[in-house]
Amino acid sequence: MNEVSARRSDLAFRIALNLRSIRGRAYPRIIGANREPSWIFFEAVLPLLTIAAYVFIYRAIAANQIVNANAETAARILANTNALVASVVLGGAMVAFWLNVLWSMASQLYWEKEIGNLQLYMMAPMNRMALLGGMAIGGVFMTSVRAISTLVAGVLVFGVVFQVADPLMLLAVFFVTLVALYGLGMFFASLYLLWGREAWNVSALLEEPIFFSSGFYFPLGGLFNYGGWGSVVGIVGSIIPAGLGLDALRQLTLGQTAFGGKFWVLSAPVELEILLVLAIGFLVLARYALAYLELLAKREGKLTSRHQ
Amino acid sequence: MAYAVETRDLTRVFAGKKRRFRRKRAASEGDEQLGPVTALDRVSIQIREGELFGLLGPNGAGKTTLIKILATLLLPTSGQAFVAGHDVTKDPFPIRQRINMVSGGETSGYGLLTTRENVWMFSQFYGVPSKVAKQRIDELMHVFGLWDKRDAKVRLISSGQRQKMNMIRGFVTDPDILFLDEPTLGLDVNAARTVRDYVMNWVGRERGKTVLLTTHYMAEADEMCDRIAIIDKGKILACDTPEALKRMIHTQTTFRLEVDPLRDTSTFQGMDGVVNFSLKDDASKNRTELTFILEDEAPVAEILSAITAQGAKVHALRKTEPTLEDVFISMVGRGFE
Repeated sequence: MNEVSARRSDLAFRIALNLRSIRGRAYPRIIGANREPSWIFFEAVLPLLTIAAYVFIYRAIAANQIVNANAETAARILANTNALVASVVLGGAMVAFWLNVLWSMASQLYWEKEIGNLQLYMMAPMNRMALLGGMAIGGVFMTSVRAISTLVAGVLVFGVVFQVADPLMLLAVFFVTLVALYGLGMFFASLYLLWGREAWNVSALLEEPIFFSSGFYFPLGGLFNYGGWGSVVGIVGSIIPAGLGLDALRQLTLGQTAFGGKFWVLSAPVELEILLVLAIGFLVLARYALAYLELLAKREGKLTSRHQ
Repeated sequence: MAYAVETRDLTRVFAGKKRRFRRKRAASEGDEQLGPVTALDRVSIQIREGELFGLLGPNGAGKTTLIKILATLLLPTSGQAFVAGHDVTKDPFPIRQRINMVSGGETSGYGLLTTRENVWMFSQFYGVPSKVAKQRIDELMHVFGLWDKRDAKVRLISSGQRQKMNMIRGFVTDPDILFLDEPTLGLDVNAARTVRDYVMNWVGRERGKTVLLTTHYMAEADEMCDRIAIIDKGKILACDTPEALKRMIHTQTTFRLEVDPLRDTSTFQGMDGVVNFSLKDDASKNRTELTFILEDEAPVAEILSAITAQGAKVHALRKTEPTLEDVFISMVGRGFE
């Protein structure tokens, strides 16, 4: 081409290009979260119903046990119940991120193909990780609205008290958990690129079982206490970063001694290290899976099948 | 000679659908839909910089497949394709920096965003600085008559307005090579006129800008394109200027007839002096429109006799100047619909 059309391709340009791409792709999610007041209502209020159900069940069980208990046992039961309620509220906040990863990250490229955006994304010069990164950052922002409102409601409605001794560690665990979760979402997004409509079913399949195996509404260590199948389910659930992340977050907000210290999987620092490995691993996997699956999709004509 | 686009024996075969449980039935019934489909068959074209090049052909001819390969969205089965001098399979990044694509009937973008925000978002994927992008978007919104809808959410605008937004998306990145795949599909007459004028001016005004336009609207291709390739069933049948293509059948005569529906048209096939013919049913009028490409006027009487022999009336008969569709009919023996 002639000099008129000479284009930059140096490192500085590429960095700027990809940063702009991240911002561009995050924008619809950040703006979208504010444009539909009904969404905010449903996202913030409806999840509270599930949380309320668990809270009432735990409190009902505790009330039943307290009837014939002496003062010391009753105090222990109450403390455990309060810790359980706090665990449920924390889990309810993390559910928002898991659902966002499933439905707005993993399935997203499939939906983008359906509405005709995918081919425009793939035709653009941006790095594909910038596309996924933008989706993830926008998703975190959008979901944080729900997560924060769940936490606030948990404190106000259910009287949950958190005791944070190490806020830096808490922030680190939360941040790394999100990176690992969204890294997993990016990896799934690559796989779903080829699965098409089956992606919908896989996402549905991964919803409820993961709530259980990753301990969203109870301490994950409880599964390990069962031994046998309980440990197997717990180990499988720990591969989803929300499992270990939640366990560490609960330790850091309820104290190591909550539940008599019996229900924790590992110590918070060890869990943080594992989460770091998972985060890096999922991001690297996502990077290579997307490159490979994009090539495969181009070969099989699946990036563009909508308009063929 | 620098080519903006060049393909050499480009072939694309789609594998066809795998239906494990129905293979036996399909095979026994000869279901062709399940087998491999050759969408492009050894296509070789060269498009010069600054050229407005048209690909003309009926639905399923392979036009979109060719554009998707050139836009680095699809890999060829064999052959080579170069865009801006770069191989589409080996070196996509510099190609992607220089191209953009707009398809007719596109539903891209997000309904929650405004038209302006949607275009801005896509401009970011090309690294266009926000300030530059916003300035270009405002200019293009005025040009395409979308200024009044700049702050309207995309889900609330009409399909025509959405197509205008897509055109703006195509130009906002200032591409060197623009692929337009049926860009005026679904646009009203005035909006289609605006699009055609802007595209022609853009190629004429800006140095080195190239457009590859696919369309099945004859008049659009005739009016806009410097050169046209006629494509059917994945093969390029002819490639030249619109005038030169029409001159190919200049020595022949084109007649159009409007008649009652015919029971049998096979009698026209072997008739002396008939080069080719096509028919199009008009259900609303309960009539059939016949187009004959004749060596001269001699067979007209015999054609009329064959029609009246079937008890059908001839409602109109006129001799016309050759069009690009007539060129196509002359080559393949059917029209575009």
